[in-house]
Amino acid sequence: MSTAGSKAPAGWVNPLLDGRDKRLPRIAGPCGVVIFGVTGDLSRKKLMPAMYDLANRGLLPPGFALVGFARRDWADENFAELVHDAVREHARTPFREEVWARLCEGVRFVPGSFDDDASFDDLASVVAELDQQRGTGGNHAFYLAIPPATFPVVLKQLSRTGLAAPAGDQWRRVVIEKPFGHDLRSARELNDIVNDVFPEESVFRIDHYLGKETVQNILALRFANQLYEPIWNSHYVDHVQITMAEDIGLAGRAGYYDGIGAARDVIQNHLLQLLALTAMEEPLSFSPGSLRGEKIKVLSATKLAEPLDETTARGQYSAGWQGGTKVDGVLEEPGFHDSTTETFAAITLNVDTRRWAGVPFFLRTGKRLGRRVTEVAVIFKRAPHLPFETTMTEELGQNALVIRIQPDEGVTIRFGSKVPGTAMEVRDVTMDFRYGTAFTESSPEAYERLLLDVLLGEPSLFPVNAEVELSWAILDPVLEHWAKCDRPEPYAAGTWGPPSADRMIAMAGRTWRRP
Amino acid sequence: MIVDLPSTTTSAVNHALIDMRERGGAVALGRVLTLVIVTDDSAQVEQSIEAANEASKEHPCRVLVVARGLKRAGTRLDAQIRVGGDAGASEVLVLRLYGPLADHGDSVLVPLLLPDCPVVAYWPGAAPGIPAQDPIGRLAQRRITDTAAANQPIKALESRRSSYTEGDTDLAWTRLTPWRALLAAALDLPPYEDVKTVTVSGAADNPSTDLLAGWLRSRLHVPVRRRTSPPGGGVSSAIMERRSGRVELVRPDGKVGTLRQPGQPDRRVPLRRRPVRDCLAEELRRLDPDEIYQAALQALTEVDGRNGRRGGSAKGSQPGATRDETRADQ
Repeated sequence: MSTAGSKAPAGWVNPLLDGRDKRLPRIAGPCGVVIFGVTGDLSRKKLMPAMYDLANRGLLPPGFALVGFARRDWADENFAELVHDAVREHARTPFREEVWARLCEGVRFVPGSFDDDASFDDLASVVAELDQQRGTGGNHAFYLAIPPATFPVVLKQLSRTGLAAPAGDQWRRVVIEKPFGHDLRSARELNDIVNDVFPEESVFRIDHYLGKETVQNILALRFANQLYEPIWNSHYVDHVQITMAEDIGLAGRAGYYDGIGAARDVIQNHLLQLLALTAMEEPLSFSPGSLRGEKIKVLSATKLAEPLDETTARGQYSAGWQGGTKVDGVLEEPGFHDSTTETFAAITLNVDTRRWAGVPFFLRTGKRLGRRVTEVAVIFKRAPHLPFETTMTEELGQNALVIRIQPDEGVTIRFGSKVPGTAMEVRDVTMDFRYGTAFTESSPEAYERLLLDVLLGEPSLFPVNAEVELSWAILDPVLEHWAKCDRPEPYAAGTWGPPSADRMIAMAGRTWRRP
Repeated sequence: MIVDLPSTTTSAVNHALIDMRERGGAVALGRVLTLVIVTDDSAQVEQSIEAANEASKEHPCRVLVVARGLKRAGTRLDAQIRVGGDAGASEVLVLRLYGPLADHGDSVLVPLLLPDCPVVAYWPGAAPGIPAQDPIGRLAQRRITDTAAANQPIKALESRRSSYTEGDTDLAWTRLTPWRALLAAALDLPPYEDVKTVTVSGAADNPSTDLLAGWLRSRLHVPVRRRTSPPGGGVSSAIMERRSGRVELVRPDGKVGTLRQPGQPDRRVPLRRRPVRDCLAEELRRLDPDEIYQAALQALTEVDGRNGRRGGSAKGSQPGATRDETRADQ
């Protein structure tokens, strides 16, 4: 265990660190973060609060610096005020004046636009100044909380000003958010543009799902227990359903969403990552290399089930009643009225390995569905022989293990149990584990974990190039197929998607679980 | 919800718990450990419960408070059950023991421990001489004491040292974690040089200062000196001498620390004294023996200037304590 960011001479061991000393938190080495798009929602609601929470937990290095860059006529104080308000409103941990005061000392603001050379020169001198004043040691992360269309110009500026090039044992890292392209070709282009300036090991792609405790818990559940792994294969598993449902509509994001749609927005990244974690083989170790290796292997083996007409479904929500309020259909959103962009997408995948042969993976996501929920449901086969009469087991479904990612994180197991009474009658019951009751009401936010990992240079939880490109390779045929089809099928807001989704899974002889 | 059960028995308490669960839906499943708090029947009871409730947000647990009342009274057990909003994420049972029963808290605890879950004992005030051999301590996998709250903290620390048993831990040690993390991180920067000598300062009766000195001694094997600073501030500074100069972490006001290193600007860090609830939450995070704490305790005898004693020449180790081989003092 060593603080990342520094390269100690070979053989040097920090005498104060010891693997057995589990209390000691890993504090990031001296460093700073530069945020582009600092006035945006992501920055205000997630990044800045996460930074404060890290500071409050004592995990940021002394002398940490935060630089904002935006087209505003602001002084450092104005920016500090924005950060202060964001922290006050959204931070998870209580506000403490002394922590804020220390964080505030390192807050800087650089006004300017992306195509203005002078403002980037300013940025470079502010960063150099911070190295002097705050001792950030030339270690800086650049967080691009901006639309991907602006990446090339910002990256070019970073390269021009020398900000992207670390000297000696310093580091420079770049953090980017989804979407990582809109198909395989554009993803490659984007990767090329980014890798042109930052080498792949300095690129951190945020998929905030991977920062969630429950997602990491999939690995613990599978590989730390003896109980599940023996049945985690096609002998026992009938099929897997991975669902991410949102109850909100586009609500003002129509401009961003038009032309992207549910499959690109969610399936390509979050759901395929969940599939990879659910289906991958056991990694040799939890080192970033082994983990990614296994994820890449399983993604390479993942194929679409054909024909796409029957194994995929898409839809657009129409006006309806959802949870007691009347909501508009997506086509009534401004600028969306003749869009063919889907707000619901479902696909069927096969994982061509011995472990998963013949086990379909159904992935679905959508907006304005019944409720907000993300889960991975592993549905088991029926017992091969039931020594009961059919009347006794009429109400017995298939055993299921459901990993709830959000909300109400936890794991549910569904199995049959005898109904009390004189007759032998078996019915489904559930056994429920809730994270909230067994540990941590106060578990760290995904962004806290991911930001800290960026500063520590710990890459396990960030998808690499290969994963992003493999995911697009899986999804591309569907997108092309849909582009040739008619409009997406409408579904009433507040329901679980269009009838074609039900037809799709019925063709495979299964039914959707109601999450 | 608070339910009082005056003059009761443990089976009645268990019965009431199940009853409350069925009627109120107050779910007591999913608890990960039983935390036993041993106090006298004073204001300490409420303070400890409050700390435990806060800690329970991270570790939902059953909290059993054993409050020892008057021994001269007749034998009696008064119980109080708190669940829901009055108990954080835990369920709290306050057990007040009177008369001869006050010395047999363990007998009251046994039926109330959660099945198959670890037991942690915590003495917020005075602790038994040898926690591991205390009847309640024996029930627990982990025993948390707080030498800083003892009447004579340094003497209490000495007793922790001589009687250390795996599973012992002390809040004076927990309070040090941020200090230790900062010092360790400071050495992780260039120049990567060996530390020559160390000086740690703090209030005379502050056991954390002693432990910090002990820890540095056990890790670095170089002369470590303990100095006294004015009372009330806890640990005030730790200075590591290297060839290129000093690595200094000083906290004069008990709130903000300053880290000084040659070739680096001074860095200020929030380094507030930690409230008990934070320490307790950290303690509950791990339930295995803390070898690093053990080594720090054992190295206390090798620290110069503790209570005017010379390092190395201090009292020899006592039974039950294995002393680290002394490598340094060259």
